[in-house]
Amino acid sequence: MIGWLEALFRVGRKLAAKTVTVQYPEVKPKLPPRSRGRIVLTRDPDGQERCVACNLCAVACPVGCIDLSKAVAEDGRWYPEHFRINFARCIFCGYCEEACPTAAIQLTPDFELSEWRRDALVYDKQDLLIAGQGKVRGYRYWSVAGKAIAGKDKGEAEHEAPPVDLKGLRP
Amino acid sequence: MSVRIEIDGRIIEAKAGDDLLSVCLSHGIDVPYFCWHGALGSLGACRQCAVRVYSGPDDATGKIVMSCMTPATDGLRVSVADPEASNFRARVIEWLMVNHPHDCPVCEEAGSCHLQDMTVATGHNERRYRFDKRTHRNQDLGPLLTHEMNRCIACYRCTRFYRDYAGGRDLDAFGAHDNVYFGRAEDGVLESPFAGNLAEVCPTGVFNDKGWSHDYARKWDMRAAPSICPHCAVGCNLFVSERDGRVRRVQNRYHGALNGYFLCDRGRFGPLHVVSPQRFTAPQIAGAVVSEHDAVVAARAAIEQGAIGIGSPRASLEANYALRKLVGAERFFAGVSDAEAKLVRRIVEILRAGPGQIATLSEIEACDAVLVLGEDLTNVAPRIALSLRQTARGAERALATQKGVAHWLDQAVRTAGEGRRSPIVLATPAPDALDDVASLSLRLDPLSIAAFGDAVATALAGGDAPNKAVNIANVLAASERPLIIAGASLGAAQIVEAAAAIVAALGTKARIVLIAPEANSLGLALLGGDGVEAAAAALEADVARNVIVLENELFERAPRGAVDRLFAAATTVVALDALTTEISARADVALPVAAFSESAGTFVNYEGRAQRFFAAVQPQEYAPASWRRLAALGAGDWATLDAIIKDLIADQPELVGVVGAAPDASCSCAHGKIARAPRPLSAHTADDRAGRDPAATPKPDPDSPLSFGMEGARGADVPAALLTGYETHGLHSANAVTRFEEEIGGPLRGGDPGARLFKQGDAALSPAAPFAPIDGHGPLLVPLDDVFSGSETGRASALLAARAPAPRLLLHPDDAAALGLAECASVMLDGVACAAPLTLEPKLARGVVAVSVGKLLPRGPLRRVVVEAAR
Ligand code: SF4
Ligand code: SF4
Ligand code: SF4
Ligand code: SF4
Ligand code: FES
Repeated sequence: MIGWLEALFRVGRKLAAKTVTVQYPEVKPKLPPRSRGRIVLTRDPDGQERCVACNLCAVACPVGCIDLSKAVAEDGRWYPEHFRINFARCIFCGYCEEACPTAAIQLTPDFELSEWRRDALVYDKQDLLIAGQGKVRGYRYWSVAGKAIAGKDKGEAEHEAPPVDLKGLRP
Repeated sequence: MSVRIEIDGRIIEAKAGDDLLSVCLSHGIDVPYFCWHGALGSLGACRQCAVRVYSGPDDATGKIVMSCMTPATDGLRVSVADPEASNFRARVIEWLMVNHPHDCPVCEEAGSCHLQDMTVATGHNERRYRFDKRTHRNQDLGPLLTHEMNRCIACYRCTRFYRDYAGGRDLDAFGAHDNVYFGRAEDGVLESPFAGNLAEVCPTGVFNDKGWSHDYARKWDMRAAPSICPHCAVGCNLFVSERDGRVRRVQNRYHGALNGYFLCDRGRFGPLHVVSPQRFTAPQIAGAVVSEHDAVVAARAAIEQGAIGIGSPRASLEANYALRKLVGAERFFAGVSDAEAKLVRRIVEILRAGPGQIATLSEIEACDAVLVLGEDLTNVAPRIALSLRQTARGAERALATQKGVAHWLDQAVRTAGEGRRSPIVLATPAPDALDDVASLSLRLDPLSIAAFGDAVATALAGGDAPNKAVNIANVLAASERPLIIAGASLGAAQIVEAAAAIVAALGTKARIVLIAPEANSLGLALLGGDGVEAAAAALEADVARNVIVLENELFERAPRGAVDRLFAAATTVVALDALTTEISARADVALPVAAFSESAGTFVNYEGRAQRFFAAVQPQEYAPASWRRLAALGAGDWATLDAIIKDLIADQPELVGVVGAAPDASCSCAHGKIARAPRPLSAHTADDRAGRDPAATPKPDPDSPLSFGMEGARGADVPAALLTGYETHGLHSANAVTRFEEEIGGPLRGGDPGARLFKQGDAALSPAAPFAPIDGHGPLLVPLDDVFSGSETGRASALLAARAPAPRLLLHPDDAAALGLAECASVMLDGVACAAPLTLEPKLARGVVAVSVGKLLPRGPLRRVVVEAAR
């Protein structure tokens, strides 16, 4: 008998408590910026594509849902000729983001990825590439890399001395 | 003699005098290293291979030494794991990385980089150095190699390979201390035909394969298959790597007796002919694209009416056999000139008869006197030329050994050897790239080369001969392992007979190398069949009405007239090829077939070694392997490669060895099939398949124990002939090969792949057939081969074509003067204008005219041509 009353009391108490249920989709949840949802490809502060097609994200991906291939732009930068993520397979683990040496690939809080057709979940580069820098501000891979590109010659990257003059006579 | 040493508590038997690093590596003990290389020896430059050694049981302190510079002596105690030694190695790599650029993401090497592997192995993972990095400017080194000097760690492997090993002159080390620079004096194409090896020799990303960089895929994204180079008779072993159904790169596949660690550039870049726009992809009838069905019906009809078959020295043994089976042995012809077919059959006979032993490349390097008759090795069989450069150092090595210098101390051997050279005599018509290592270079016309060879044989038998021949005979007779090299490149049977005579006179100590013109010339000769002239005659005599041509640009291999006769006499010409050629364009019915990278088959190399290559790429529906096409046209009922080989050896029991070239498709290893793909292969779920697309599951490969998928065995579990890579935990670069060798530089574990088909003394040598008379007048025609050109397949590779020289026509200035011709004159050969202008070459033999073969003229028997000024 006591048990019965206690149960009634406990349930009844909830009638007066604050609700935690969110009326999704009418009310959108506010997720922290580091939560792992839809993946984007970001740009560096100059608006240049960050991804250099190194393929590290693709090999780090435990399900193998990233496909890309390298090309070289006229200014010498490497970039992905195509970049594809199959969100039907992605498990949003974030390994790709962790592997990326250029901060190009980033997960965003957007988790609303339902589609009627599976193939609509295959995102190509135009669907992935955004205009901004995403979560990582200010990083330019090309200004720390040793490879020269147009506008950044040898010796002009951060922490680089001017190129050696091999024909000079100084020791 | 073997010694016992103790490495971290493990007792190991080692060869006395070997260096400690080699001992460790061949026993699977990882010691980080950079400058040491299995073929280039030790240098002690990088200081990476430090270990602690204790001189005896009482020594408790020991000392830190470079393992690559320390000989293994009996009772030595070694500690690799010693904390101080480990710390030493970690600090060394930290120094090496002080100037290293932040490049891995945009470096082709990454993922198969020895520097990455060693950095991870030593545990260096944080940059403490806060100062600026030294930088260098790069050079443009031509179409084959990239150059990114900032990545260099100054191990000197590049210059040691390029200059010391391969005899190149235009790559060097410049500068001093931490400025040292590896490159050319100025931008420009690296001249050596072995330059491509730098991509593998360099343990970092300084030198890389430019073609691969242009169509790039990381190593972890590429499937690889064991293959054989289709570009010359040496038959070097290759890895062919692909992604998305496209071949991206070719790398050396170690073979202890053949190519070892190195390829030539024709073998590295030539096989990319399989991705050329010249690929033949759609069936045609009379030049118009038709459906597969219509083309096959037309081909069937032609066969039913009766057809002869013309095989090819660039097609596999199986493809040629299928064609022979389809048309019958008496209607099967070799796709080369009559003279070449006869000459190569004679070469087979000589090789089988002995007494000379056929020298493998590693045996060539151990010979102590060499006579080359007629062959321009660097351009005909380039990898043999590279071996001969090592042979030349034999005397130097012997003297150094006498003085007690260990063989792996390569620089010390050079000093102690006092520059001695083993005797190498070159008797060739044109200036030879090997002249710098030859002790005597004779420039003779082809007939004089044969006469000179005969004189040497006479002298060896004690007969009367000119002084020069007697001297050389004495050198050969005095040596322990004399080697005679000759071949078919000049089209002169006389030269091959002279070589056989010398070997016969030298007896069983002699080694012999007879170079056939192409990758499977010997395989084709084993199947028999006369040449194209005989085929034309057969058609003219109404033996059959039609002709099937297998993977062959006949205009390269037989006189134009004979091929034209063939076309005139045939009602229907059916051509099977993977490339668009003049033949496939002129054929009435043309069917596309798989290239060597899309099918499995066997080539027989110059040693008579049957070697199997496997598909790197899944074959396209429209281009099945030639033998499959021929089977479908009625040649036989073969569903698998093993089935056709079974029939082949039933028909020709002396070829039973072919079975042993590689394990058959039923072979399975610890983890089932052998995986071509690395694990994990990225992007395998990137496309929407939802379990519906049959292409999602890789097709099984009925012709080999290899699978196209990720599941299966790799690395050490795999038989040597089926290796798809040097998969080893923690090691990703080509340097991991040490794990697969029985000893450094020795055979692969489980024995080197391939099956030798010839046993010396198999058959008695019949007397030489009388030589075809060389009528007419005018100079003798010398075909000029080129390492960067090869046959029609080599020329279809864009990378090679970028290095191929313009066709040449050479005359000795005196001969030219006698003919009234000046430099750059337009010339007619036998009344036909020659596309190349005349070049005067004072170093050319007298009485010959040398012409680029393939481009200007087909191969053919030795003959005279009338040279005159163009009208
Ligand atoms: S989040 Fe994980 S599963 Fe998704 S693409 Fe990145 S690595 Fe692959
Ligand atoms: S890891 Fe980053 S830079 Fe590399 S391919 Fe992926 S997104 Fe591009
Ligand atoms: S050489 Fe190796 S370590 Fe250096 S950038 Fe290239 S991949 Fe990275
Ligand atoms: S370029 Fe490569 S091979 Fe040559 S010294 Fe530098 S790291 Fe070594
Ligand atoms: S490998 Fe021993 S010092 Fe370089």
